[in-house]
Amino acid sequence: MEFNYHIEGGDFSRAGSASSEIKKILKQLNVDSRVIKRVVVALYEAEVNVVAHAREGEMRVMIGVDVIEATIADKGPGIPDIALAMQEGYSTASPRVREMGFGAGMGLPNIKKNCDRLDIESVVNAGTTVKMTTFFTG
Amino acid sequence: MTLEEIIRHLDAEVILCQHAPEKEVKHAFAADLMSDVLRLDTNEVMLITGLAHPQVIRTAEMADISTILFVRDKTVTPGMIALARESGVTLLRCGQSMFQACGTLHAAGLQPVF
Ligand SMILES: Nc1ncnc2c1ncn2[C@@H]1O[C@H](COP(=O)(O)OP(=O)(O)OP(=O)(O)O)[C@@H](O)[C@H]1O
Ligand SMILES: [Mg+2]
Repeated sequence: MEFNYHIEGGDFSRAGSASSEIKKILKQLNVDSRVIKRVVVALYEAEVNVVAHAREGEMRVMIGVDVIEATIADKGPGIPDIALAMQEGYSTASPRVREMGFGAGMGLPNIKKNCDRLDIESVVNAGTTVKMTTFFTG
Repeated sequence: MTLEEIIRHLDAEVILCQHAPEKEVKHAFAADLMSDVLRLDTNEVMLITGLAHPQVIRTAEMADISTILFVRDKTVTPGMIALARESGVTLLRCGQSMFQACGTLHAAGLQPVF
């Protein structure tokens, strides 16, 4: 099964709606609640990153028998130094994003913690693609 | 501690109740930083926060948090209530400061996450 969602940059009123839809679908599929939490927390962090840091993006989620693969691709400033961005505490978030309780520089490390495989590709001034894989078993 | 005991200890207002009053709340976590909330491994946590924004509800939904307590009589908008209803989150509000609310509940036996 494949699902696609559009993510609008800067629109915090809708941030999380795509991840929320995936959560509902995984619940209906009776996926273990701990797995659901890992998946949706990682998706939500990636979704909020598009809203907070990029112009717009697409979330594509493929759900297989024992695996979920999600690709969040955005158009935006890109990440010049991915290793640096992966460090806990590194953030370029605006004051507006911080007022909403984000911008601690914990999102990318938290995505890594919550999925089994993480791939980030980024081109400066073009965009960022985050690909995460989580297995339902083990 | 049960939901109803929490409400009684703080004289809290129930903005939206989606659980039985006898529902057991074992742990609480206080934060205004959603990034911190998203890093919790524990389930069945009540979130105590001074941040009133739709993203607080979304964060609770993703983190499997079923109850949010807003301190200092924060304004909870109809949009936030609608979001909470959709995701099954109970919303409480009290007039105390974050420190006071946490102190009262801790003294009454509500446990921290870590
Ligand atoms: N999609 C993106 N486009 C451009 N830059 C990004 C993107 N995602 C992350 N970044 C950059 O990487 C940094 C670290 O991201 P991370 O998610 O770890 O922290 P944050 O979003 O700043 O704060 P938090 O996630 O804790 O709320 C960001 O501050 C930003 O500079
Ligand atoms: Mg982030």
